Amino acid sequence: MSTAIKDTQKMIEEVLDAYPEKTKKDRAKHLAANDPSGQCSTCQVKSNVKSRPGVMTVRGCAYAGAKGVVWGPVKDQVTISHGPVGCGQYSWWSRRNYYNGQTGVDTFGTMHITTDFQERDIVYGGDKNLHAALHELKELFPLAKSMGILSECPVGLIGDDIESVSKKASKELSIPIVPVRCEGFRGVSQSLGHHIANDTIRDYILGKGELDKSTPYDVALIGDYNIGGDAWASRKMLEELGLRVIAQWTGDASINEMGIAHKAKLNLVHCYRSMNYICRHMEETYGTPWVEFNFFGPTKIYQSIRKIASHFDDRIKENAEKMIEKYKPVMDKIVEAYKPRLEGKKVMLYVGGLRPRHTIGAYEDLGMEVIASGYEFGHNDDYKRTYPDMKEGAVIMDDATLYEMEEFTRRLRPDMVGSGIKEKYSYHKMGVPFRQMHSWDYSGPYHGFDGFPVFARDMDMTVNSPTWDLIRRKR
Amino acid sequence: MRQIAVYGKGGIGKSTTTQNTVAGLSEAGYKCMIVGCDPKADATRLILHAKAQTTVMDLARERGTVEDLEVSEVLLTGFSGIRCAESGGPEPGVGCAGRGVITAINFLEENGAYDADTDFVFYDVLGDVVCGGFAMPMREGKAKEIYIVTSGEMMAMYAANNISRGILKYAHSGGVRLGGLICNSRKTDKEYELISELAKKLGTQLIHFVPRDNQVQRAELRRMTVIEYSPEHAQAEEYRVLAKKIADNRDLVIPTPITMDELEELLMDFGIMESEEAAA
Repeated sequence: MSTAIKDTQKMIEEVLDAYPEKTKKDRAKHLAANDPSGQCSTCQVKSNVKSRPGVMTVRGCAYAGAKGVVWGPVKDQVTISHGPVGCGQYSWWSRRNYYNGQTGVDTFGTMHITTDFQERDIVYGGDKNLHAALHELKELFPLAKSMGILSECPVGLIGDDIESVSKKASKELSIPIVPVRCEGFRGVSQSLGHHIANDTIRDYILGKGELDKSTPYDVALIGDYNIGGDAWASRKMLEELGLRVIAQWTGDASINEMGIAHKAKLNLVHCYRSMNYICRHMEETYGTPWVEFNFFGPTKIYQSIRKIASHFDDRIKENAEKMIEKYKPVMDKIVEAYKPRLEGKKVMLYVGGLRPRHTIGAYEDLGMEVIASGYEFGHNDDYKRTYPDMKEGAVIMDDATLYEMEEFTRRLRPDMVGSGIKEKYSYHKMGVPFRQMHSWDYSGPYHGFDGFPVFARDMDMTVNSPTWDLIRRKR
Repeated sequence: MRQIAVYGKGGIGKSTTTQNTVAGLSEAGYKCMIVGCDPKADATRLILHAKAQTTVMDLARERGTVEDLEVSEVLLTGFSGIRCAESGGPEPGVGCAGRGVITAINFLEENGAYDADTDFVFYDVLGDVVCGGFAMPMREGKAKEIYIVTSGEMMAMYAANNISRGILKYAHSGGVRLGGLICNSRKTDKEYELISELAKKLGTQLIHFVPRDNQVQRAELRRMTVIEYSPEHAQAEEYRVLAKKIADNRDLVIPTPITMDELEELLMDFGIMESEEAAA
């Protein structure tokens, strides 16, 4: 075992020492020193299990995964938060999934729609209210292409039959209605919500869309939620590559696109965690192959363009080389401008989905090093994809607690921390440069050639802002 | 004021027994109230001579919230000045009836339904304590005294033992106690002895053995208690005795529920159930 791994293990043990015995034993399984070679048996973390009570996990719930991630961004579906008002209110547009359209007319992304349960709905059941709401919504928004019912906890507790209401109303209104059983108490994190939402796409929408004609270059962009315009940046590149993007899931997605992705020649998967389920289904049922890619930072972009092109003919392969040739000078210029300001800076990440691994290359392009990374709700397959991308001895953390993150920060002294809204303010108080890497801190896009300059600028202004010094000096 | 809850297996005769007993108490000069905790809302039918038309939850549903109600709207007065309220709730298979019971009881309490000169409040609770809502009368120091209606049938005894477990759970937090078993006779073999023995095992008493009599059915058909319908009948006297025993009862205990095996053993001892060896 190398000294780097040993040192990190020692540090993790020190941090864990503050816990009571049982907690310590449990949390130790979720923290590890990275071993990119995969030789070290103690360097693997345990994941996707119930959080330990009392440690203040920052995980979300199944509803958050289904509504906030997968179904929320679909623009021409009216998505109802079915239950008391709070879940819908606090997940209202927090992920900034951009879209084109006339909100309230043909698109509904920024709207907050809820059945607003009262005590009487709990006692007498909410089915009648739901049925009335569906009719009312259809009348208010005749251009809606579908309606989604996202269950909050009480709906599952009282056993409302949202499936039969959906079926009935769907017939009456001649519009697809998707009941999603994503009650927050199900599963251990938002991850199950992604899976449940994927299953409802499969059962209610997939295969039902129309595509006039097919071309050999049809692809679907899967697992890009268009945060700050990410999917648009990616789509532009795929089109320049000579491919036809027939569907984009679910950032700026329409219900029709949700129904035709299986007709793609290749599914391109950005966020594997939230959408691998439906991609596997399309592969098994329709024979649509899928491939993962990464559009963060030039190195990964070049690799990914070539990887995608390798699935197509020579024309596309040539296009890939032409594109790289065309954009390399632009990207080099960005690196030239920002690398001197960021070289050697250390980054600690704790996010969800794909970012703990996918953004590593972009930081490295800028001369930065990711010294710690972790997932809120990752599974074993996410970590397997992460170990090789990180340096030996880097900290890998699963379902980390704020205490652990603060302690790692004190000991590792990263120059920047990238995490979520719950962590943001404690890092502000600590005077540690911080970026909210769930919604790009109200910036973006970060994907593709369009995104990298924004990413580089944002990291520079975070790391090199004089503000942090002022906070620290005050202490 | 004594708050009493009556539990027991579904169909055992809780509502009939409760209403007849309360009629007896009222006759003896006590001021009484019955709170029906069953969505069917039929716990006060014999006192009001009709099924309650305005239940707490039905009215709350109509108005929007329970805050829009007045106590006087849901508190009706029937035979001998007995005041009655029904929690109400959804039809079977939808919603959460337990939540309805919680809401209704809190509403009655917060709005002063139990005035100072009420002597007895009886909660008549739906057959099985299926969820927290139906345990509401024993929680938070509401009903401190529980009576379990049972019979010599095995499942009724099984339910009585289960309810004792529920009482035990709340005995330490809410101070709830078991007042005794009421045997509503089904004329099974050695019924009196069997229930007396069960009561002993549960650490309580068989407070009264109510014999089976068709006069109860005749009174029920006329939507009345036996005490109102035929005050001179022997069955009316049985309920008066039960009422007096409850009024005088000071024997309130924390029950000692038994295991399923012990219960079966008891039935075997009384020759109701064959032992496995004997069967073989």
